[in-house]
Amino acid sequence: MSRIYLTDTTLRDGSHTVSHQFTLEDAAQIAGGLENAGIDIIEIGHGDGLIGSTINYGFGKHDDFSLISAAASQLTKSKLAVLLLPGIGTVEALQKAQKAGAKAVRIATHVTEADMGEEHVKAAKDMGLFVVGFLMMAHMTDVNRLTEEALKFESYGADVVYVTDSGGAMLPKDVFEKVSSLKKNLKIPIGHHAHNNLGLAVSNSLTAIEAGATYIDGCLSGLGAGAGNTSTESLIAVLNKMGYEHGGDLYKAMDASEKILIPSLKKKGLTISSHLDALIMGYAGVYSSFLLHARRAGERFGVDVRDILMEAGRRKAVGGQEDWLIEIAVELSNKRSL
Amino acid sequence: MKRIKVGVIGPGNIGLDLLYKIKRSPYLETSMIVNIRESKGLDHARQMGIRASSNGIADILKEDDIQIVFDCTSATAHLQHASLLKEAGKFAIDLTPAAVGPYCVPAVNLTDDFLELDNVNTVTCAGQAVTPIVAAINEVADVYYAEIVSSVSSKSIGPGTRKNIDEFTVTTKEALEKVGGADEGKVIIIVNPAEPPIYMRNTIFTKVKNPDLEVIKDAVQKMVEKIRTYVPGYEIILGPIIQGDTVTTMMQVAGLGDYLPVYSGNLDIINSAAINIAEAYAKKLMGGDQIV
Repeated sequence: MSRIYLTDTTLRDGSHTVSHQFTLEDAAQIAGGLENAGIDIIEIGHGDGLIGSTINYGFGKHDDFSLISAAASQLTKSKLAVLLLPGIGTVEALQKAQKAGAKAVRIATHVTEADMGEEHVKAAKDMGLFVVGFLMMAHMTDVNRLTEEALKFESYGADVVYVTDSGGAMLPKDVFEKVSSLKKNLKIPIGHHAHNNLGLAVSNSLTAIEAGATYIDGCLSGLGAGAGNTSTESLIAVLNKMGYEHGGDLYKAMDASEKILIPSLKKKGLTISSHLDALIMGYAGVYSSFLLHARRAGERFGVDVRDILMEAGRRKAVGGQEDWLIEIAVELSNKRSL
Repeated sequence: MKRIKVGVIGPGNIGLDLLYKIKRSPYLETSMIVNIRESKGLDHARQMGIRASSNGIADILKEDDIQIVFDCTSATAHLQHASLLKEAGKFAIDLTPAAVGPYCVPAVNLTDDFLELDNVNTVTCAGQAVTPIVAAINEVADVYYAEIVSSVSSKSIGPGTRKNIDEFTVTTKEALEKVGGADEGKVIIIVNPAEPPIYMRNTIFTKVKNPDLEVIKDAVQKMVEKIRTYVPGYEIILGPIIQGDTVTTMMQVAGLGDYLPVYSGNLDIINSAAINIAEAYAKKLMGGDQIV
């Protein structure tokens, strides 16, 4: 099985969720948390890409270049990426982004209009950037046209091409058909960017992988436009369970979500699901009603709720054995104090 | 009445559509259209009964009675053509983004002074469509930021523009500032592949220092009447409306349906502007009335 490369776009697609109000501190902290969690590519900037801060899309709190610099200062391993929509962003803006610390760019066009990005892909390659061709609204055309457009991006020199489900409108069979065709007809790697509008983000990401995609997008806590993108931590959990090779660290991604992103959202008056730790139930394979009991036990004995649930999973606890959670919590607490 | 002879360089969509518009003009007559190779476009011109040559600009330079030349090639080509046309004493109307001469948007800045020049540039299709509205609002309300979102059909935007889309946005932004009078401009272009093709549509957002809507509406209305004298398909479809200091106006252009279909209002408006400039120059040559 090929290694899967994770791109997290909390600081770009997730920027829509906060109406482009991420602060420089958010950028630095979230980027740091993502690198720590082993994310390969971290995308940052206005939700509508470089210099997308406008009346039409909403003005950002900070310009893209300040955000890029703030994030870049925290990174040594992960590649910092920006999004560029030809017709909104320009090569000049991309040059400034590179100066600020961007190492990669995703050139995004409507799925039938890849040639709008030729100028930008070529310029970005000349600048030495890693370049992704991003075919948006991929549900709006058929597989043959999509393949033609992807081949154009490949011919311009893109390193990866994405089937981008900007509308969160694709069914698993559409994802499979489209990614398979690109895999068959292109030499470069294929990626998938999902939105959870139909509740299919993780499932479609997996389908893309089964069809040959090796670049997959996510956002912490499933942030992102509309119902959000694939949750990065859920994706990591699922990839772990399936035995795929990747660089992500589940706990660290969950921590980045809970300890960095969620408090920053709270400061902006936004709340999202308070059941992020429920992910671990599915990951460990334990009875769903264990959650609240495990939280209480964790709090009482000062241990990580995730460790309690993982251990319950290892012990093959079945429905009704909430009592075990107390004993597990005590044991973990004792082990730690040894 | 004697008409002024003109030459056209580049028999693409723009060049061929110009031939139809020139045919209708009481002041202009196409002497010749040229290209650097034989092409379907040249054949089309011949079928219209127009002289067509594959010798490029050389054949136009030879003809002393050609006084106005429309250049519909590319920015790179026009940079070479500009000095040749100047030497030959021909008035150049540059429809490429080369912008050797100043931007001319007839409804805003086509004055007698402009006709003393040897080279003028027609900005971009979006520039012709939106700059007059920004200028009208700026005149009465002082625009400190102008942002336009231009939606065009996929079919009406050719490979040359696609390969140089930054040139398009940057040139249009400059026109918003230099001709429209906005302190700062921002341009967004969206290409929409819907079938049947959408008409060219632009949204014009302006942030103004004096947000008096009635005065703004009046200024926009007067400007639209002026534009419609040379772009009959120009229509305001929303506003101006105001929220805080942000004025929103949306307009649409239906083309004349000459060589290009009506949805290509974007191409039609730049050609109509070019014809308007050429006619003003022709009238001057004929010693006619002042244009302003």
